[in-house]
Amino acid sequence: MTLLQVRDLTVTFPTPRGPLDAVRSLDLDLEPGGALGIVGESGSGKSMTSLAIMGLQPRAAQRTGSVRLRDQELVGLSEAELRRVRGDRIAMVFQDPLSSLNPYYTVGLQIEEAYRAHRPGTTRRVARRVAIEALERVHIRDAARRVDHYPHQFSGGMRQRVMIAMALSTEPELLIADEPTTALDVTVQAQILDLLQEIRRETGTGLVLITHDLAVVSEVTDHIVVMKDGVCVERGPVEQIFTDPRHAYTQALLDAVPRIDDEIGALRAVTAGGAGDAAANDKKDGGPA
Amino acid sequence: MPRFLITRVASGLGVLLLVCLFTYLVFFALSPDPAVQICGKNCTPEVIDQIRGNLGLDQPFWTQFFHFVVGIFAGRTYGEGVGAVECAAPCLGYSFQSSQAVWDMIIQRLPVSATIAVGAAVLWLLAGLAGGLLSAVKEGTFLDRFTTGLTLTSMSIPNYVLALVLQYVLVVKLQWLPFPQAVAFADDPGQWFANFVMPWIVLAVGYAAAYTRLTRANVLDVLRENYVRTAYAKGLAQPLVWRRHALRPALTPIVTIFGMDFAGLLGGALITETVFGINGVGKMAADSIARNDQPVIMGVTLLAGFLVVVGNIVVDVVYTAIDPRVRVNA
Repeated sequence: MTLLQVRDLTVTFPTPRGPLDAVRSLDLDLEPGGALGIVGESGSGKSMTSLAIMGLQPRAAQRTGSVRLRDQELVGLSEAELRRVRGDRIAMVFQDPLSSLNPYYTVGLQIEEAYRAHRPGTTRRVARRVAIEALERVHIRDAARRVDHYPHQFSGGMRQRVMIAMALSTEPELLIADEPTTALDVTVQAQILDLLQEIRRETGTGLVLITHDLAVVSEVTDHIVVMKDGVCVERGPVEQIFTDPRHAYTQALLDAVPRIDDEIGALRAVTAGGAGDAAANDKKDGGPA
Repeated sequence: MPRFLITRVASGLGVLLLVCLFTYLVFFALSPDPAVQICGKNCTPEVIDQIRGNLGLDQPFWTQFFHFVVGIFAGRTYGEGVGAVECAAPCLGYSFQSSQAVWDMIIQRLPVSATIAVGAAVLWLLAGLAGGLLSAVKEGTFLDRFTTGLTLTSMSIPNYVLALVLQYVLVVKLQWLPFPQAVAFADDPGQWFANFVMPWIVLAVGYAAAYTRLTRANVLDVLRENYVRTAYAKGLAQPLVWRRHALRPALTPIVTIFGMDFAGLLGGALITETVFGINGVGKMAADSIARNDQPVIMGVTLLAGFLVVVGNIVVDVVYTAIDPRVRVNA
């Protein structure tokens, strides 16, 4: 059975100039244990997609369409029912691990809290053991001691490991990682991507990876959805997208990746298919109607 | 004692010394000859000279200042021989008007001022936090806008105006409160309480309004933080997200501001005590300024400076306890 099936997902914001679709008629499919990459520039609606899957879109926004997690329809669920899904069956890892962790509490408490929210009656001792094991699983050394440290006492990459440990503590079926490596430097990026790969192999967790970085998706995912202005412009297996991009925008994205064998010159702007400045102007005029 | 505390206390003492120097300098340069002031009518030049000698006013500025500072820590002696007056540490000198020791005058009046300050602080904290939280929870509703209007209005009313209006309405017109009388708490708690209600309100209103604005803004800011989104993504229910992930970060900065405001209350007490005729440190300061009673002005200024310095140090210490990021490695 398909792990995640999204059909006709639309997220609409009311604006003074009428409704604006941040995401429009999006379809996504992910098999259990699979990895799907969602690629697009800033404002393409990829982050809003991830929030909308969990029902975490801003209160002003309206979400329509269908989001099925195995056999459960998530659109139309009550807050309380959605809470049971969030963090337990679908977990999320966000872009900036420092601001995504609460500076006032130890990482241990924040992991325990995620676990206990879905396992009522768990004692603190058990939850603490879960937290330490989760930290060990993401290769944080000396986890039994680190569990009592605060987020600011970790480096950027370690913080992202903590976020991943927190997400995995409940053994979710689906992990959504929204730009998990963007705030990290290149060597640490590679480590975090390796970690995501390893976790996927070992636990069979499905992965939705959202990024603007084509190099990142090519490394981790097997299918790609390219988004622009809230719409899917192209989808397919990684190899196909890279070798034979159909849409001009995808081609432009690929061209914008600096390559080692490139001639030295100005970085190329993503302009094909009305992207770049034209897209920004579109937004101001009320976006694609 | 941790090292940071030692450095904070040392720098605090430095600040107080500077406050001392500047106040001393201002009054040394500006005030009319205190000896003439003390001497009063029927004065002869000889008597004035004698007073100058006794007070050390014939000495150069730095000598006088040095004696003053030493007197605070070690006490000092005015005059010589039979007429000498021993002023025990902490010696802040004697009032030119009443000849009382300034230290004793302050100590006598401090309890009343402290009662006003603590009562007002409790009142404004309760009102400010409750109002701010309510406003944040009900953001954009009528209640929120009403609260905003109310706070802006009350922030723009000068507190001496509020004091007079309250007195007129509550005591004279409606007679809800009895006329103030000096009583001890143990003798007549009702009357005691009634005496303080209006000063508390008057002193608290402006702060309560500011704290309401501050609390509302802080809570709304924190609710937009990424870690609040993380908490929701973990599947935590809204009450827990608010209680654990929003309130603590939102309220922590208020500790700093509260410490500063509370320490600086003497300025507000000056007006409040004067309007209500309460014989506290604030009124004493106002009176001493009106009569150019230099030693008393010096004493009150130093007290105000001392409170601000101590307030700062207390805030720093409290902060290391409540914000894990500022825990000092010493």
